[in-house]
Amino acid sequence: MRQLLHQQWVCYRLQLRVLSTSLFDGMLAVFFPLMFATAALLLYRINGDADSLQYAGLGAAIMGMWTCQGVIAASLLTRERWAGTLELLVAAPTSLTRVLVPTTMALSTIGLYCVVATVLWERWVFDLRLEIASWPLFVVGVLMAALSLALFGFFLSVTAVRYRSSWALGAALEYPGWLLCGFLIPVSSLPEWIQPLSWAIPTTWAMAGVREAANGGSPWADLAVCAAVGLVYAGLAAYLGRRLVDSARKHATLALT
Amino acid sequence: MTSLRIFFIGGLMSYRAMFNWLSPWILVPSLIVSPICQILLFAYIGRSAGVGNDEFYVIGNALNYAAIPCLFAMGATIGGEREGHTLGIVLATPARRIPLFLGRALPVIANGWGVAMVGVLAGVLLLDVDIPAGAWPSILLAVVVTSASCTGLGLAMGAVALRVRESAVLGNVVFCLLLVFCGVNVALDDLPAWMASVGTWLPLSHGIEAARMLADGSGLGAVDGLLLREVGVGLLYTVAGLALLRFFEDESRRSASLDRN
Repeated sequence: MRQLLHQQWVCYRLQLRVLSTSLFDGMLAVFFPLMFATAALLLYRINGDADSLQYAGLGAAIMGMWTCQGVIAASLLTRERWAGTLELLVAAPTSLTRVLVPTTMALSTIGLYCVVATVLWERWVFDLRLEIASWPLFVVGVLMAALSLALFGFFLSVTAVRYRSSWALGAALEYPGWLLCGFLIPVSSLPEWIQPLSWAIPTTWAMAGVREAANGGSPWADLAVCAAVGLVYAGLAAYLGRRLVDSARKHATLALT
Repeated sequence: MTSLRIFFIGGLMSYRAMFNWLSPWILVPSLIVSPICQILLFAYIGRSAGVGNDEFYVIGNALNYAAIPCLFAMGATIGGEREGHTLGIVLATPARRIPLFLGRALPVIANGWGVAMVGVLAGVLLLDVDIPAGAWPSILLAVVVTSASCTGLGLAMGAVALRVRESAVLGNVVFCLLLVFCGVNVALDDLPAWMASVGTWLPLSHGIEAARMLADGSGLGAVDGLLLREVGVGLLYTVAGLALLRFFEDESRRSASLDRN
């Protein structure tokens, strides 16, 4: 157990350093959603409705986490392929799961930077002070969003292993995620046929939990569902990861670009 | 004749060789799915905020997305030469620089136009937006003008990519600035005055305003001033781009930094 925790910590710290020093994965992952949040807040501000602005401000703070995870996680293994290290990772005695999970946790940590940056941006630029009834529960909700997104990112990273241009897939997931997870619009305002898709994403539940915490309600039910959905994705990812990697090894397609 | 050949054939070859987004695995998610999703995102935000109508967001975001190929393809056709280790060869040729680089812009303008029109059409169909049939030819023209002016900005960005190695980051930053400052989702009149002032000096702003007026039933005569201003802004960035290319080319020769990654 000690060895596992040590390996996870070393991998997490290393990946976080790599991501933090990358202009694309670090700075841009914070800047890009921040600008979209700005566009949305400018739009919500036109009518001057304080409740709507609070709603959007809260969602805007969390939506950057989706960008940090979804866009980059989809191309994690492709990046290893480009760097020529994918075969080394797969051949290592440490399972791929044990390498990918701390990496997606590092991505979620960049997402936490994004939350802080957006909250400060809203306060300084828009003079918008988020009204949070319970800060401890709000923080628990944000951390649960980070954790469940890391598990969802793990799922994305293994399912995109055969997609050579998975960075494009990751980038294309950005807007659907913002649309479906209820960051800036209520999920109930979407067409009914698409709402089940929203509820299948753990971040939707995390966002609902964060809103409950902000409004003085109990976020625990939403956060429990969020954790459960996240674990389902982690289980699926662990299973699919083994199958897809075995298949790639069998067909000698691991390093193909 | 040589300049014409460089302009048309050289430009097309460079575009096809350097802009690797032409693979369907990249093109479909990046230039079809994403613009449609951006349109839907802001149309729903607009509905939720009770601001504007769907047509406003369809036009604004579809034209905003024209900037993606215009910025990234121009960056790729110049910065990509470095990655291919062919930049030195290109710049060592006696070919005149204006046809060499402007020729690369022509397919990019067509690409930007195509992306914007896919966005407009998808938005119209998915959100049931009504644009009068007679307005479409004028809208096509407005989108061409806007794509051309964005490509001017792309040329300037491509020139900067000779010095700044992170052209993907640069392209995304410029795209975000266009989103916020150009009246894409908030009309210039509703933006803070300083932001609206900045917006009028950027491509897109006048083109989007013109396209919205055309979609509302105005004639081409009513928007000719806006389109001329859009052309003017585009020309300004094109000239700046060519000047920057010359400057950075000379600089990189002097400091032997052309192929430095």
